[in-house]
Amino acid sequence: MKYIDEFRNKEAARTIINSIRQESGDKQITFMEVCGTHTMSIARFGIRDVLPEYIRLISGPGCPVCVTPNRYIDYAVALSRREDIIVATFGDMMKVPGSSSNLEKEHIKGNDIRVVGSTLEALHVAKENAEKNVIFLGVGFETTVPTVAASLMQAKSENLPNYFVLSAHKTMPEAMKSLSKGDVNIDIFICPGHVSTVIGTEFYYPLVEDYGIGCVVSGFESLDILQSILMGIKQVVNKNLKVENQYTRAVKPEGNPRAREIIYEVFEPSHAEWRGLGVIPNSGLEIRDDYSSWNAEKQFEVNVEATKEAEGCICGQILQGKKIPTQCKNFGRNCVPDNPIGPCMVSSEGTCAAYFKYKVDY
Amino acid sequence: MCVAVPMKIKKIKNDRGIVEVGGTEREVSFKLLKDVRKGDYVIVHAGFAIQKLDEKEALETLELFKELEQYS
Repeated sequence: MKYIDEFRNKEAARTIINSIRQESGDKQITFMEVCGTHTMSIARFGIRDVLPEYIRLISGPGCPVCVTPNRYIDYAVALSRREDIIVATFGDMMKVPGSSSNLEKEHIKGNDIRVVGSTLEALHVAKENAEKNVIFLGVGFETTVPTVAASLMQAKSENLPNYFVLSAHKTMPEAMKSLSKGDVNIDIFICPGHVSTVIGTEFYYPLVEDYGIGCVVSGFESLDILQSILMGIKQVVNKNLKVENQYTRAVKPEGNPRAREIIYEVFEPSHAEWRGLGVIPNSGLEIRDDYSSWNAEKQFEVNVEATKEAEGCICGQILQGKKIPTQCKNFGRNCVPDNPIGPCMVSSEGTCAAYFKYKVDY
Repeated sequence: MCVAVPMKIKKIKNDRGIVEVGGTEREVSFKLLKDVRKGDYVIVHAGFAIQKLDEKEALETLELFKELEQYS
């Protein structure tokens, strides 16, 4: 397939791997990726297996479902129990454990929960079910947010009275800053490719200037990731930390201004709670007052149960790069994708799911 | 949630259209992009085209890989 196969060429991969070995000497260098699709690509292509052992790749909070706190799941579960409500959600959310239930269990009990592939489908569900209130679960980073914002703009322009969004949207740069201040040593961030298609590259400069962490915006194919690692190694070895863009075919320095305009027409920055990272100022997006008629949080009052965290789950530490899945006593034993204890094993972008599926052993 | 593959625009009318990769077609919204047309490649996420693929940049990246091979 065009623009895919060429970026998986084996010969080129061998060459880059050799360069990585030559350039790095024996210097210990730690990379963190903060995009769930990178987490999966790194595991799927077996990137860790071909790197020298002193090059460490750790995963950060790149899976939007994983960083969503239990309270949000409990809120969605409570909404789904109301007769007058249809919950519409991306499929990844269905199995995420809340404090005592999850959406899949509620669906089996007969609550009306629909899996959709886009907000356009969710709008369609609302139009087809005029007698019900349809609530879309807005979970995701800057790549997803403009699609949710566009649906709310459409609902407003059509004066659609029964479509709502429950927003738990988050933005990456403040979370990356928070990680930079933490006690996990990171030399280079592999910056999220598709978040960057929207936000561009300027948001990464403070990470270099204020925290001394190099940044490489990367694509998702094997050669993209290997080349990004080589670029990061050169930054560290040459003591020349900077923001570099490997994924120039999709990421412009200015990002996608139109998508950002649409985001900020509907949303405004807010504090947000991240599983594992706690509350980070200005790392979330809440629906503006102009759109409060379509804001599920403002329109529906439900009793949400007291939050209870899963026992023994170290997802919170994994999301900060402090631990890896194989250090968890539940991993692969009583926590597997079909019967997950924590969100990192549920989502197709979760670090535990990636380690399990591709049998990563460190 | 991300589909990290570029898809080719087969049809486009106003802000809706059809994109294709490996024989699979999908209907998407072009509301988030300006200046795209039939034949362009786009990155698609959750039913929306979020960025146009810059074919010139893609070829330049591939050239870089070739240069690396020459020097190895």
